[in-house]
Amino acid sequence: MALVRLEGAVTQAPPARKDLKQQRPGRKAAFPTAILLLGAVYCLLPVVWVLVAATKNNSQLFNTFTFAPSGSLWSNIGALTSYGGGVFWDWMLNTAIYAGGGALLSVAVSGLTGYALAKYRFRGRSTLFNLLLAGVLVPPVVLALPQYLLLAKVGLTNTYWSVLLPSVISPYGIYLARIYAMASVPDEVIESARVDGCPEGRLFARIAVPMMVPGLVTIFLFQFVAVWNNFLLPFIMLSDENKFPLIVGLYTLLNRGSSAPSLYSLVVTGSLLSIIPLIILFLSLQRYWRTDIASGAVKQ
Amino acid sequence: MKDPRDRTAPRAAPYAFVAPAVILFTLLVLVPVGYTLYLSFQKSQVSGLGLGAGARRQVFAGWSNYTSALADPAFDASLLRVLLYSVVLVPVMLGLALLFALLLDARRVGLQRFARISIFLPYSVPIVVASLLWGFLYLPTVSPFTTILGWFGLSMPDLFATHTVLFSVANIGVWGGTGFNMIVMYTALRAVPSELYEAARIDGASQLQVALRVKIPMIAPALVLTGVFSIIATLQVFNEPITLSPLTNTISPVWMPLMKVYDEAFTNNNIYAAAATSIAIAAGIFVLSYSLLRLSNRHIFEGR
Repeated sequence: MALVRLEGAVTQAPPARKDLKQQRPGRKAAFPTAILLLGAVYCLLPVVWVLVAATKNNSQLFNTFTFAPSGSLWSNIGALTSYGGGVFWDWMLNTAIYAGGGALLSVAVSGLTGYALAKYRFRGRSTLFNLLLAGVLVPPVVLALPQYLLLAKVGLTNTYWSVLLPSVISPYGIYLARIYAMASVPDEVIESARVDGCPEGRLFARIAVPMMVPGLVTIFLFQFVAVWNNFLLPFIMLSDENKFPLIVGLYTLLNRGSSAPSLYSLVVTGSLLSIIPLIILFLSLQRYWRTDIASGAVKQ
Repeated sequence: MKDPRDRTAPRAAPYAFVAPAVILFTLLVLVPVGYTLYLSFQKSQVSGLGLGAGARRQVFAGWSNYTSALADPAFDASLLRVLLYSVVLVPVMLGLALLFALLLDARRVGLQRFARISIFLPYSVPIVVASLLWGFLYLPTVSPFTTILGWFGLSMPDLFATHTVLFSVANIGVWGGTGFNMIVMYTALRAVPSELYEAARIDGASQLQVALRVKIPMIAPALVLTGVFSIIATLQVFNEPITLSPLTNTISPVWMPLMKVYDEAFTNNNIYAAAATSIAIAAGIFVLSYSLLRLSNRHIFEGR
């Protein structure tokens, strides 16, 4: 199986290389620096644009130079708040429930499974691991449609569970948890806890989990972003506007905007408000992104 | 004969620990995949006049769903389109990611911390929101490019025209994906022992030569991984075109293969065709990624 080989290619958090350049400040090369600057400008452009555009009312949005700010941010937020009886803030809350709740449940399941796969020998262990890994290869679309049909049979579509449950299972999270458990929980610690008569459940909760915390935070972040980003699943599962996450809500708003352009300034303001929490999370938890990101995930 | 661990390690605990994952994986992955396979070989048959509750029955369809899916010109066009999309997007995105990663790792380059954070930032923006933002930047009435190009006496090109829209969509993918891949490559570069560079440097190699001859070959496995995962992801493109579609008529409801699946299932209400189409796409992606990995395993992982 090709994927199993990949494990050997996974880059573990590398030992920090001694940086000579910090000790030896020299002249900076202009051309490479300019290229990096261009890259940064390209990546910041839409974010800066939405920051400015959200300060404009609808006619300014279409008639003034786009990088000239105006003073309508608060009235835009007010209009967005009153849109559809305050449904925008429902979307915000729903997104927090889906992404936060889904990622939390996913960390619990992945942590337990990864720990068991790393630290116990039991019949079926390698079969289970290979099966879970193969799950990474199943494209989301092959899952979303039958998940919808099957959940419809048990009456769970258009409920919070229809988005939460599929978000809990993360083959990639289990794979990462197994690596973290192998690397951070020493066998000797487990042995001596057992000799002292510690039950297995408490061993996991009190001894293994604290050791695995940095890895579990990374799994949480990956899954949080994955759920926050997942459009197809809630788009298929939910029909009730009050249960939408932000991105599905914004999409429906844009869709209506094509016949009523007055909604465009709401879409712009909503886009800004929707990325602020993620950017804060992203900037404040940077070190968790850096250390283990090389383990091979990809944004869907 | 017995492992001494067997005495202390209980037998039931690991099964209890993996139980939640096994149950969820079975119910939400294995059963759905099996169900899709089953549906892809079924069809709905109308008996009599097609009136009444029992008039529609589900019957075995053989390969007919697959043959009619593959014979559909709209689906074939979307397959060609997604291949072209992948061929445009992946090299540009990974080329930029590698360039930035090497610059972040090079000496005497300024703004490294600022650039690393800025270029990685789009990763935190959901694809739907990224598509909304770029969609507005593409709209001539809203776009800053209209004004900026106007200063030079140029007019804004139509970024939603038939021959440009693919590149407009690909740009969103490049914007969203470059930073992530850059970080993966940068992390791999940091893991390369610096003695390797020093030796080359003492021999008089320039930074560019070090990058081309030492650094890039050393991180080849990371390049292969990002390449294969990027191809898999781009072949499943859905969010970008579906978000842009309200802004333009150029993007039809069956513009990309996954949009075709959605269209069959929820517009045509033909879940059997949708199931067959999604299985066909998944099989194509699986075969492609498996052979790419086999090929690169032989060349890179075993060649060292």
